[in-house]
Amino acid sequence: MNLPPIAPHNPWMATATRKRRHVLDLDDFAEQEILDVLDAAVSMKEILGRSVPQVPILRGKTMANIFYEESTRTRLSFELAARTLSASVMNMTAKGSSVEKGESLIDTIRTIQALGADIIVMRHGESGAPYLAAQHFKGSIINAGDGRHAHPSQALLDLFTIREHLGQLKDLHVVIAGDVLHSRVARSDIWGMLRCGMRVTLCAPSTLIGDMQMWKASHPGLRISYDLDALLPHTDVLMGLRLQKERMQAGLLPALREYSTYFGISAERLDHLPKHAIVMHPGPMNEGVEIMPEAADSPRSVIETQVTNGVAIRMALLYRLSGETQA
Amino acid sequence: MNERQIMTSDEVRRAIARIAHEIGERNGGVTEVVLVGIYRRGIPLAKRIAAAIQSIEHKTVPVGALDITLYRDDLEIRGPSTHIQHTNIPGDITGKIVVLVDDVLFTGRTIRAALDALTDLGRPERIQLAVLVDRGHRELPIRADFVGKNVPTASSEDVAVRLNEIDGGDDAVMIMRGAV
Repeated sequence: MNLPPIAPHNPWMATATRKRRHVLDLDDFAEQEILDVLDAAVSMKEILGRSVPQVPILRGKTMANIFYEESTRTRLSFELAARTLSASVMNMTAKGSSVEKGESLIDTIRTIQALGADIIVMRHGESGAPYLAAQHFKGSIINAGDGRHAHPSQALLDLFTIREHLGQLKDLHVVIAGDVLHSRVARSDIWGMLRCGMRVTLCAPSTLIGDMQMWKASHPGLRISYDLDALLPHTDVLMGLRLQKERMQAGLLPALREYSTYFGISAERLDHLPKHAIVMHPGPMNEGVEIMPEAADSPRSVIETQVTNGVAIRMALLYRLSGETQA
Repeated sequence: MNERQIMTSDEVRRAIARIAHEIGERNGGVTEVVLVGIYRRGIPLAKRIAAAIQSIEHKTVPVGALDITLYRDDLEIRGPSTHIQHTNIPGDITGKIVVLVDDVLFTGRTIRAALDALTDLGRPERIQLAVLVDRGHRELPIRADFVGKNVPTASSEDVAVRLNEIDGGDDAVMIMRGAV
């Protein structure tokens, strides 16, 4: 179950002699680079636990959050990560900015550059928008979610949380249950998890699996199932995904109640998991739909830890992208 | 490239024993002393000094580990390092006598970073510095309180400390010429 090697011409990839410049997805991260980021995040997490949680390494650097879609945890945790490393932070949301007057993405990027940003953290509704931004920005871009394409920092914090709780990644079985079709989190998770030697099963009604059927051929180790209950006894990590009603066209689901019955993560379903298994959710949750409140609050749930760990992972990424470009 | 040995493993052992004596002497005992090793080779050195203190004073001195990567001032020159180690300081250092331990004292920039890192973790009563080798060429007003050996060097030379715990084999301190 080896992934095809990363194409050597990939312009974003870090090599022995070239430092990583952007974080756009996990598809250009080799396993070792993922593990390096997770290891750095362990040390970053120690800093967050101090009585004075701040180190000076990124003094004088500026990170700009530019968010074309709403967000709570991603934007706040990038901001907290930057401040913990002593960088300054600019925040822009599409709402209330010149975007509403018709400013183009490229012009916005140039404006942010002229204001002195070294790193842009960007969320956008269109898949691929951060790649366009990367071509027009002299600094680094971190993709904080683009359309249904990718959300690499979320995938890294998921891997970090799994390794922290279960002690390893290799050979673990992850079941991702929910709206895979619209999920950028799932797409980045799949890349990262498979590359770290995990097995991934997507579980949802076929209307919410969609084009992921095509990923199966090119991603050995990826499976698709429509029967959550049959998977439970063989699951190490059960991850729920939010039903993304804002992206959903009519007709994908006959009824929310029916979805919940077959695919919802309920307290009863947790009883069928192995003892060590954990429950995750990238948030925000539709409690009572894809996950029940008793399941989200159960001792198996690491959903709040995911949020805390997100700050440590984002610190590791900001540090990794900073400084001179020699390896 | 040629290398010249300037300390043998016996000399390293004696230097550590002497530093252990001096730490007790200077501080009127070791009750308030905490040893903090700087990654990487400062940590085994700190542990060895603690073991020597144990056999001299019959007291256990806490040993911590400090990573100064995130306090460096050369990020723009050297870029980020791949590995950040875990800082682990036993207990609160406020009011304690912290003895920083490192293998080689050179420009002083590592110690400057370590001082900043320590003061973020608490307010020690005093901070002292113990190094195995002082090779000169300071760029900051920093000096060591306890020195294993003073070694005059040229700035084109490199000092390599080899410790059994990290490098395997016998302890040794070498000067490498033309390493640059």
